[in-house]
Amino acid sequence: MATTISRDDVLHLAELSNLILTDAEIDSMSKDLESILGYVAQLDELDTDGVEPTYQVIDLENVWREDKVVPHVADKDNLLAIAPDTENGQIKVPKVL
Amino acid sequence: MAKISEYLGGSAVDNVKKAIVAAKSVSKYNSLLELCEERALDLAAKVDAGEIKGRLAGVPFVAKDNFLTFGSKTTAASHFLENFEAPLQATAIEKLEAEGAICIGKSNLDAFAHGGSTENSAFGPTLNAADETRVAGGSSGGSAVATALGVVPFALGTDTGGSIRQPASFNGVVGVKPTYGMVSRYGVVAMASSTDTIGCFASCAEDAELVMDIIAGHDDLDMTTLPDYFDPTTLDMPKRVGIIKEFMSDDVDEDVRNATRTYATKLEASGFTVSEVSLPMLKYTLAMYYIIVPAEISSNLARYDGVRYGVRAETNDLNELYGKSRDQGFEAENKRRIMIGSYVLSSGFFDAYYLKAQKARTLLINEFNKAFEDYDILMGPVSPTPAFKLGANSSDPMKMYLADIMTVGASLAGLPAISVPAGVSADSLPIGVQLIGQRRSDALLLAVAKSQEGK
Repeated sequence: MATTISRDDVLHLAELSNLILTDAEIDSMSKDLESILGYVAQLDELDTDGVEPTYQVIDLENVWREDKVVPHVADKDNLLAIAPDTENGQIKVPKVL
Repeated sequence: MAKISEYLGGSAVDNVKKAIVAAKSVSKYNSLLELCEERALDLAAKVDAGEIKGRLAGVPFVAKDNFLTFGSKTTAASHFLENFEAPLQATAIEKLEAEGAICIGKSNLDAFAHGGSTENSAFGPTLNAADETRVAGGSSGGSAVATALGVVPFALGTDTGGSIRQPASFNGVVGVKPTYGMVSRYGVVAMASSTDTIGCFASCAEDAELVMDIIAGHDDLDMTTLPDYFDPTTLDMPKRVGIIKEFMSDDVDEDVRNATRTYATKLEASGFTVSEVSLPMLKYTLAMYYIIVPAEISSNLARYDGVRYGVRAETNDLNELYGKSRDQGFEAENKRRIMIGSYVLSSGFFDAYYLKAQKARTLLINEFNKAFEDYDILMGPVSPTPAFKLGANSSDPMKMYLADIMTVGASLAGLPAISVPAGVSADSLPIGVQLIGQRRSDALLLAVAKSQEGK
């Protein structure tokens, strides 16, 4: 299992993570990721052939509800009030295209 | 420390004023980020006027600052949310308020609950209640310290991999991490959805039991909640206790091991049978945890994009807005965990890391299930050492993660686990012992803890 994390790897991961990192952060991140990934590689010792993965622990099933509007304290006005920028009842962002 | 019963029957306004004075007098510990004085006094006046009644009428408490609350900001101890005014309240807060309890402040944590010392807070670390040169533990460090210092009789926290149990142990209070799904997580900042739980700190097991009884139960707003099964009144006391062998190795501080043995001896004197049990999979739990939890963090924290709430970086480019807002809003540990998550979920590595860890998690659960055929309760230390010095582990994330090695197992398996005070080290630092039970045995664990208090 490869646990060498280059500067390019860090930049790729930062892109996947929508993070813009400073140069100092990039250097320390590659060292930290190598150390952590090196540690977790010990799972290779385990034989997991034929073992089902556990994604959640309480046997959850899909929960259905009626498609009905229920009033909630966090209404449209309250949610817009916490947005950084709004216009005409909508959240405003810089130009997309 | 303070007990809930000391606050019942008196003036709620006096209780709140007293708690606020107490909070201000211990401000050097940085256990609380903000006080909700105005709202607390309003609620207290309603309690005194008889408009709000309940089992916690007029009892002050604090909530970790990742619970959404009215009357204060909710920051998750992050720059990202440093001015965030929640548009709703967490279900746990609503349930406590319905019983007359009054939130007087928001407690410090590692930003977004990522950490085990509260040193990752964007607003400075919390100091240990027993030794100001040491960490509070974390991530719910502020709640543990506020309880230990007697500011309030109980506090809410969250526990994803030990974030209630470890600070409870470090500060000498009771800390409860319930069965996964027992308490609604609605209105609490999400970290790792398959292990996030909500619990409490208190000075004694009886108070913790009352708080858990109130906040437990199904919530239409959280589809992962279980029906309310928490019932402290009809219990068959368990008898068979297993001390986890893997947690008693020479790597573990001697005072910590001795505290565990002493607690076991007390249990034996009370009629429990105690013997050693081996769970070899526990050795691998930290590796599983630091794959699965960062994966879920990278997904859950994708919502902090600078668009709908929280900080927004100044820029005319949308992609830069996402990236720069996240860079400004997150602490180094948040970024580290997001990046690990992106790595283990990325194509080419998914099977080797994420899927492997989820399969290993099945093996761990199988091993716990087998142990519970022979034992009603498993016990061991909470953390390998008492509270460490501030700054001691800050430069090495892996060293910091190792403080979680005894708590992450119960989290990955969804088991209830509590930390109860079990003495002090040679340096007078508090040491807790951990009791772990089968799913839905939360009330039993607290009953055992109650049976040993004062012995």
